[in-house]
Amino acid sequence: MDFAGWDMPINYGSQIEEHNQVRAAAGVFDVSHMTVVDVGGTEAKQFLQFLLANDVAKLDEIGHALYSAMLNHDGGVVDDLIVYRMNFGYRTVVNCATREKDLNWMADTSAGFDVIIEEKPDLAILAVHGPEAIEKVCSVLHKYADKILQLRNFRGTDLGDFFVARTGYTGEKGLELILPGNGATLLWDKLLAAGVKPAGLGARDTLRLEAGMNLYGHDMDESISPIAANMEKTIAWEPANRDFIGKSAAWAAKKSQAEGELPSLVGLVLEQRGVLRRGQTIFTDKGEGIITSGTFSPTLKHSIALARIPVNSEHCQVDMRGQLIPVRIVKPNFVRFGKKFFD
Amino acid sequence: MSNIPDDLKYASTHEWIRVNENGVATVGISDHAQDALGDIVFVDLPEPGTIVNAKDEVAVVESVKAASDLYSPISGEIIEVNGVLAEAPETVNSGPYENGWFLKMTISDAAELDELMDADAYSDHCDEE
Repeated sequence: MDFAGWDMPINYGSQIEEHNQVRAAAGVFDVSHMTVVDVGGTEAKQFLQFLLANDVAKLDEIGHALYSAMLNHDGGVVDDLIVYRMNFGYRTVVNCATREKDLNWMADTSAGFDVIIEEKPDLAILAVHGPEAIEKVCSVLHKYADKILQLRNFRGTDLGDFFVARTGYTGEKGLELILPGNGATLLWDKLLAAGVKPAGLGARDTLRLEAGMNLYGHDMDESISPIAANMEKTIAWEPANRDFIGKSAAWAAKKSQAEGELPSLVGLVLEQRGVLRRGQTIFTDKGEGIITSGTFSPTLKHSIALARIPVNSEHCQVDMRGQLIPVRIVKPNFVRFGKKFFD
Repeated sequence: MSNIPDDLKYASTHEWIRVNENGVATVGISDHAQDALGDIVFVDLPEPGTIVNAKDEVAVVESVKAASDLYSPISGEIIEVNGVLAEAPETVNSGPYENGWFLKMTISDAAELDELMDADAYSDHCDEE
């Protein structure tokens, strides 16, 4: 499939088998399409504190990672990203479909800051996830095993040839390895030889949805406030004297939601036959909403979805091919570490 | 390259039909169709006894990727559906022409069979898509 100019496999064989492999053992995703942007210079920290809704001051040591939204002045989501603190400054990993827009936005908003913003197109990213993932990576990179085993969640370390961190998009333990593209093929082959199975974009989507993680362009975009995309926890309101792009608009959105005027992103489960799909209309006791991501959950064996619906909705139904079917509203976090997570 | 058996007839909407010795027809979806749909997770089948016309929607196939209708290739009465698919819909992926069949039906008008494609024509049809 052509994905924003990259030739990407949706699946290597069965998408469900690839999904189950990650939940039960270990799978590897080639996510080199994602865009790595390094931010250096004497004011890198101040710039990112202005650019991002989350606060990079939380990154207390080299390798520490943070998830954040990057907002526009109206408080819409330009993109979501991971930022790592590095010895040279910071490394961000942004979405590939938004690459050009993000680079322009970062360049425009950095005026007046002493920063160097550099895209790193030669870097590849392999994500290895699953209960056996860390052990498998260590078996392949045994000389770094001690350092890798010490990593806690959302922590990374620079190993010279590559950067490795305990981050990911599946709800399983695992590692993301950022390395020069010319070394990625060899590492990929070694991981496969160690019994890690390749997994495609299809499995990546069902895994992230089970984990209740948003997909940019589906669950939020520039017209959507992070408050209406279940991202409020990623906004650092404190310290109050930190100003960031979109802060006043996001604060206004928070108040608007408290007054019932802004919808919220929730989880939906359909415990009977059928599959919830993106774009299906939701009818609740408080009004209408829409499914932003929906799929069949291979782990739960029924359908799950993320939907934006009026706040404080208690009951809802989905329009599935002309029929109204009752669905249950849950917190948008369906599966963690291979197990059902919601009540 | 998908598997397209020579002894079947095919509809442009990717159903196959086999006329059995007893004059009853078996209907399913082609290997090309199951491959395009990906992992199939639910199949909703009609009640036996349902009378259908050619091109009527008779079943719904839900895969991880998409929902898709199955259209009856001919007119007739549904006399049996494949109960295996209720519990094991993935059978359609593993054996679209064998254990993954959908339904059996009578043939009201044998002339309708002539309007369907043979294996060569269906192969060309898949290539054009």
